[in-house]
Amino acid sequence: MAELHVELVAADRNVWSGEATLVVARTMSGDIGIMANHEPLLGVLHSGPVTIRTSDGGTVVAAVHGGFISFADNKLSILAEIAELADEIDVDRAERALQRSKSEADAGAERRAEVRLAAAAGAR
Amino acid sequence: MGAQIRVYKRRIRSVSATKKITKAMEMIAASRIVKAQRQVAASSPYADELTRAVTAVATGSNTKHPLTTEAENPTRAAVLLITSDRGLAGGYSSNAIKAADRLTERLRAEGKEVDAFVVGRKGLAYYSFRNRTVADSWTGFSDSPQYAHAKDVAAPLISALQTDTAEGGVDELHIVFTEFVSMMTQTPVGRRLLPLSLEDAGAVAEEAAVERKKGEALPLFEFEPSAEGVLDALLPRYVESRIYNAMLQAAASEHAARRRAMKSATDNAEDLIKSLTRLANAARQADITQEISEIVGGASALADANAGSD
Repeated sequence: MAELHVELVAADRNVWSGEATLVVARTMSGDIGIMANHEPLLGVLHSGPVTIRTSDGGTVVAAVHGGFISFADNKLSILAEIAELADEIDVDRAERALQRSKSEADAGAERRAEVRLAAAAGAR
Repeated sequence: MGAQIRVYKRRIRSVSATKKITKAMEMIAASRIVKAQRQVAASSPYADELTRAVTAVATGSNTKHPLTTEAENPTRAAVLLITSDRGLAGGYSSNAIKAADRLTERLRAEGKEVDAFVVGRKGLAYYSFRNRTVADSWTGFSDSPQYAHAKDVAAPLISALQTDTAEGGVDELHIVFTEFVSMMTQTPVGRRLLPLSLEDAGAVAEEAAVERKKGEALPLFEFEPSAEGVLDALLPRYVESRIYNAMLQAAASEHAARRRAMKSATDNAEDLIKSLTRLANAARQADITQEISEIVGGASALADANAGSD
């Protein structure tokens, strides 16, 4: 199966990079799936989980809070200010953050906590 | 013990106490340079990819965006100056301030008003001591900046860029920081961040230019949701990431400058201790010589007196 190279980059570190067969991400106008030889694309990401199907059959899920996706020459880069791999996410902490943000009516924090939980659930 | 020796001994003690402090500061700074350099390296993939994306939009579409097009006659410019919070780093902060002054001078000569934005207590102190107006300032994170700090700094700059000049907005954004060239060399530089000039975008733009010369057109991008929308979202992130990168480099430079300053202070203290020890030894020798001559003088006077009485 044709493969594409993926770089998942946060502002302060390189989160994940490797070969993949399919990447699903949420852009401003809906979910988008990208496979090898997609046409060049530059999109704005909504905060949400990004699912990467690696070429060895595994799945990598990451919570991405805003950012961009750009694809050219079979290279896909996902740029995010904050990106966390699902297995780095502390579910208890995210749940606590969700409770707290709900009680404080902090919509941004609530959305972040929800995305984290969704990504953590998606990896299981 | 003679008074002279006591004075020398006291000075030696005080200089060695200072030397211990400067030596410790030197070693702390040395260990932090490595950490700061690692942070610069860790942030570069994001900055590179972002620059690549901005270049792609700017060259791959004919969208006109206020942040990428040059105003016909720019009247106001913002200058962001990055200095340190603490001193004892040699000429680090003052060199950056001087570079900012030169840039301000040049912009004024071009007929632009300059709004100063300052990061770091040293730069802020310089401006407030001279009663210069500072549009905004931030302190407290110069030695280990986080991305959130860069966001804080970028926010008012971006909103100033998006405001009309008549209402207090700016046409240009310049940034002055100390570039970390190597452990031994750090140079203060002034760069124009916006409006974007593609020649400034660095290696990525050059690469793209080379590719175009080879006759291969840059890939035509499809934009999601639209070229304008992407550019709207992309440029603030671009500014943030460039500011973040500048702050990280400035932090690495600050530690390197402090290490060098503290190394020369330690060397200086060593020299001082050496020469003071020499003086103390000479003073002790003089004391001993005097004592011997006093004893010999006394003994011979006694012998003379005894010989006389016999």
